Amino acid sequence: MTIQSTAQEVPVLELDPFSDEFLNDPYEAHEQMREAGPVFWLERYQLYGVARHAEVSQVLADHETYVSSRGVGISDFAKEKPWRPPSLLLEADPPHHTKARHVVSHIMTPKVLRGLKEGFQERADELVARVAAGKGTVDGVADLAEAYPLEIFPDFIGLPKDGRENLLPYGSMVFNTFGPRNSHFERAMERGATAQAWIMEQCQPGAPAPDGLGAKIHAAAAEAGYDEVDQAKLLRSFLSAGVDTTVHGIGNALQCLAENPEQFGYLREDPSLARAAFEETVRYSSPVQTFFRTTNKDAELSGMRIPEGSKVLMFLAAANRDPRQWENPARFDIRRKAAGHVGFGFGVHACLGQMLARLEGECFLTALARHVEKLEPAGEPVQQLNNTLRGLDSLPLRLTAA
Amino acid sequence: MPKITYILPDGLETVLDAEPGTSVMRTAVSNGVPGIVAECGGSAMCATCHVYVETEDTEGLPAVSDVEDEMLDCTASERCANSRLSCQLQVSEDITVRLPETQV
Ligand code: HEM
Ligand code: FES
Repeated sequence: MTIQSTAQEVPVLELDPFSDEFLNDPYEAHEQMREAGPVFWLERYQLYGVARHAEVSQVLADHETYVSSRGVGISDFAKEKPWRPPSLLLEADPPHHTKARHVVSHIMTPKVLRGLKEGFQERADELVARVAAGKGTVDGVADLAEAYPLEIFPDFIGLPKDGRENLLPYGSMVFNTFGPRNSHFERAMERGATAQAWIMEQCQPGAPAPDGLGAKIHAAAAEAGYDEVDQAKLLRSFLSAGVDTTVHGIGNALQCLAENPEQFGYLREDPSLARAAFEETVRYSSPVQTFFRTTNKDAELSGMRIPEGSKVLMFLAAANRDPRQWENPARFDIRRKAAGHVGFGFGVHACLGQMLARLEGECFLTALARHVEKLEPAGEPVQQLNNTLRGLDSLPLRLTAA
Repeated sequence: MPKITYILPDGLETVLDAEPGTSVMRTAVSNGVPGIVAECGGSAMCATCHVYVETEDTEGLPAVSDVEDEMLDCTASERCANSRLSCQLQVSEDITVRLPETQV
């Protein structure tokens, strides 16, 4: 078999990037993968991996060779039926992808987002000031990192107040199912089953409030010729990708700032560093750790042959700490220029919600700088293990109001 | 190697050699030219890598795509006829670009 003969040319690694040990603390294993070579073979799952910034960027950029339509999880849609109808964005290739993407990018432009800033900032200030004024310790995850996006995002889309508790389990399910059928996958499917029904209901034409983004997506998709099923699928992408990711981004930022008081000091002194602090969090503690591609033809990457039909696992988070790309990559430094990281992906599939995520992160961290004088750890954080995402279940913090 | 001339808002000029095929944005960022933010890293998502192309002959430049066109409507400084996203400008010949007053 060609796969095996090629596999011998590339370094073979036995590690399991979906084990609890790895998911808890991936950084040493990231180093091992980067050092193994530009491309390596993960024996356990019979697939290729890339963990250096240069190769991850090349795979992301070459969407004709490394396709998304065969799934961006471990399963190859050419061989296995996906558990849900594929996304018209994430799991599609040009030209279909280009058309679908344009429908949405047209609605969520940087200009539109600039108009939202004032409202987002007000609500962040209100929330952070209220939580900081309370006595004792807080849970940085439930009280802040979940509270803020769960207040902002569903209103932005135009979702009803009832049922919003389904958003996090649904997102967690989607991201877990990109991985292998391990315990995280199975548990997420159980927990997500009820959430899925609610999500699908909210995606139907007419369900989202008429003034929100959801209704705009439906209208624009209808105009572009998508039928009702596909309109719902386009909206579904937002409900899958837009909540857990930002929750983890904000939670990870809180953890990084609490553990690096001098960095929080810089932010306090100059709240205009808030956007940079969020960017550095996405680099240093990437909420989305991995995505897959599938080779649609025989490929060569940095001198290594990758045959057609291979799954390629991109370790975005490892690329974001590649010493070939960054100085002191394992240092959380909000004053560095973090642009160029691949935490939001790159190329035709680059995160469609990245400007919204940045806006949420910026508003939240601005509020933190304004209303919190001291931010200290008040216990061990608990990691939430997910096959794709990196984030926290809880983060005990002691806040001193400014 | 093609040369890129960056004219900063205060009139100062920086001239850099560019690897053929790299973008005006990437060359600026990796050489620390101020004034190109490039928040999205070149995915045509942020409009913070806006430049005005001052070179007369623009034949050799890639055409403006629909996505770039839309993004150029979102720049922080005024859009002009010679506005481009520098992340979409792969260089093959010498080019001169002027940086806007602000990107955000
Ligand atoms: C910190 C927060 C976020 C992170 C780290 C993140 C990360 C990513 C990454 C890495 C990709 C690339 C997937 C690939 O290349 O296969 C992506 C795609 C995507 N993201 Fe995000 N995301 C975030 C927030 C959001 C938000 C808030 C939304 C929605 C409002 C969103 C919607 C999407 C969509 C629709 C895609 C698919 C784009 C395509 O395939 O063309 N994301 N995201
Ligand atoms: S770098 Fe973001 S649009 Fe050019």
